[in-house]
Amino acid sequence: MTSGFTRARRRGVHARFDVAEASLIVSLAGQVIELLRDGVPDPQVTGAGEDPLDELVGMSGPVTRPEDPVLRRLLPDGYSDEPGSEDANAEFRRFTERGLRDDKVANAEAVIASLQVAGADAAAEDDPVDVELDQAGVQAWLRCLTDLRLAIGTRLGVADGDESHWESLPDDDQAKAMHDVYDWLGFLQESLVRSLR
Amino acid sequence: MVTTAPSEVEESDVDERVLADVPWVTVVWNDPVNLMSYVAYVFRTYFGYSEAKADKLMMAVHEEGRAAVSNGSREAMERDVQAMHSYGLWATLQKADAS
Repeated sequence: MTSGFTRARRRGVHARFDVAEASLIVSLAGQVIELLRDGVPDPQVTGAGEDPLDELVGMSGPVTRPEDPVLRRLLPDGYSDEPGSEDANAEFRRFTERGLRDDKVANAEAVIASLQVAGADAAAEDDPVDVELDQAGVQAWLRCLTDLRLAIGTRLGVADGDESHWESLPDDDQAKAMHDVYDWLGFLQESLVRSLR
Repeated sequence: MVTTAPSEVEESDVDERVLADVPWVTVVWNDPVNLMSYVAYVFRTYFGYSEAKADKLMMAVHEEGRAAVSNGSREAMERDVQAMHSYGLWATLQKADAS
């Protein structure tokens, strides 16, 4: 079991995972990539294609909220839900959502790559997977761990102060198992944030 | 809030000159997922806020459900909101007087 991220003078920010842990993160990051890519709306409903110049300079994009609650949380509105905010929200989304999706996919890909470089695929069951992160790697991990927790937390419906609910579930409960993963990702992120102090 | 980083001073000077009557704010909302340590980290690193100011804003988000974390022109606040979304924080912008 990993003890999370630490920073050492000679090695920088690093963590040692076992193969099962590394595979779990690779799998979860892959699912978030799939979700972000699959959920891209058709150009017909995005308002794209109306102005070829917009398309050319990348100024076209989705104008409506994603339906999936996880995507809605990963790609939130830019304006709070006040009367009259619909147009501003549509514009904000048109200009930013595509880039935000791309950034999140790139972070998840970087996390997967850092685990694969460390031998997540090839390692024998008992081999440790040693991940070392440079500054860009730290940013990708911080943001990707956040996205994984947002995705799982939204699916599970976590709320402030609901710890006793999850603890009360039987051990073979699937949601409890997923919540344990959610907590574990939180532990990893906490260790990563601490390692940067 | 007692601590003011030099960059903030410059920023608010510009905002007041250009957009004295319509300042906008970036509001960060509480969510049950993000870690308090991470939210404070984002406020320190993205906005360049001191540890004391970042912690104070983080606690305001946590306890009051929301906090205005930056102010300026609409364009600047759209950039800040975009940045908060890329960190995974739940943020919106609005006119400073509309709350």
